Amino acid sequence: MVVKVYGPVFASPKRVLVCLVEKEIEFEGVPLDLLKGEHKDPEFLKLQPFGTVPVTQDGDYVLYESRAIMRYYAEKYKSQGTDLLGKTVEERGQVENWLEVEAHNFDPHVFNLTLHVMFSSKLGIPRDENVIKESEEKLSRVLDIYEERLSKSKYLAGDFFSLADLSHLPFTQYLVGPIGKEYMITSRKHVNAWWNDISSRPSWQKVLQLYPAPL
Amino acid sequence: MATPVTVHGPPLSTAVSRVLACLIEKDVPFQLIPVNMAKGEHKSPDFLKIQPFGQVPAFQDEATSLFESRAICRYICEKYPEKGNKGLYGTNPLAKASIDQWVEAEGQSFNPPSSVLVFQLAFAPRMKLKQDQSLISQNETKLEKLLGVYEKRLGESRFLAGDDFSLADLSHLPNAHYLVNAAEREELFTSKKNVERWWGEISSRDSWKKVVDMQKQST
Repeated sequence: MVVKVYGPVFASPKRVLVCLVEKEIEFEGVPLDLLKGEHKDPEFLKLQPFGTVPVTQDGDYVLYESRAIMRYYAEKYKSQGTDLLGKTVEERGQVENWLEVEAHNFDPHVFNLTLHVMFSSKLGIPRDENVIKESEEKLSRVLDIYEERLSKSKYLAGDFFSLADLSHLPFTQYLVGPIGKEYMITSRKHVNAWWNDISSRPSWQKVLQLYPAPL
Repeated sequence: MATPVTVHGPPLSTAVSRVLACLIEKDVPFQLIPVNMAKGEHKSPDFLKIQPFGQVPAFQDEATSLFESRAICRYICEKYPEKGNKGLYGTNPLAKASIDQWVEAEGQSFNPPSSVLVFQLAFAPRMKLKQDQSLISQNETKLEKLLGVYEKRLGESRFLAGDDFSLADLSHLPNAHYLVNAAEREELFTSKKNVERWWGEISSRDSWKKVVDMQKQST
């Protein structure tokens, strides 16, 4: 079965894409233009009632929320491709811990930067310099904690690459690229080494080639 | 009797109470170590060792040390599948995926606006902080719209992820409880038929009543 992934050029769907590549699962991107508001079309809302991407369709099976989708496929295909969940219940606990950190401590700030720096003019919303400044400050404090963590541990959940690291790929790629804040990563020795490691994985390079960002 | 499972944090914290509800649903004995946030104990060097972001809760057992309430809940369910409510995190992969989808919806879409409202309406006055009316009104609008999606879902399904109470519903209890009981926003839930029914069911679970008792006793 080929898994359909809606909105592949956008960041959150890329979490799912890179996970599927790591797990050697075939997929097909289904274009959806958020910049034209296609995510608010009634047909799309039938699939994803919150009007966000990604959504996956695997035959009849529909799932949304990128981190839920990743968990499902990483577990379903545990014995195939890269193991992204750790080997024990305790390792899995660490993966969940740092995946939640990404969701609640990292993502909100980098999302605000993405919205205001990259997409505000395209979406017709005012670019708010205060939000940009505050988001950078908050993200900076979070990255200091990551620096400390990654000085003791090769990857976020331990010595193994996992969903927790993978989840950071799409928006960090924006941060070091179009958002223009690469220094936030390069100024931190261990964060920098970690970023170079995870972003140079063939799976991530493949996703970037297949679906370049919409800007 | 000593138990290896320890939760650090005040029961009044929404994130702490999420973990307490899960431990009680799963019948897993635990010790609660209070953390006095008014005195800044969550920023002490000792606490930062177990939770480097200086947030509550932190969790420890004989095997590992964790933080982030939703991660702790998942760990408890995976470590003790045969204890207490066996279906809390699903008993098959599709059930589990549906639960994860709705836990994510809670974390990404329900938590942000409800947290702002709970802080502005319930905590700010008690802390003698000025309320931000525009923040209140923006987040009320967001939450109202979100609960419209929930209304439709709960017309198709008894609980969010399916026919059984799960982590997805549990995850909503802490913020919703404060909205209804401390922020005078019961109407958000009672103005929608299916949401009202759902709220009535999940908030009257024994496990949640025990958490509310723990919260009352801690004041």
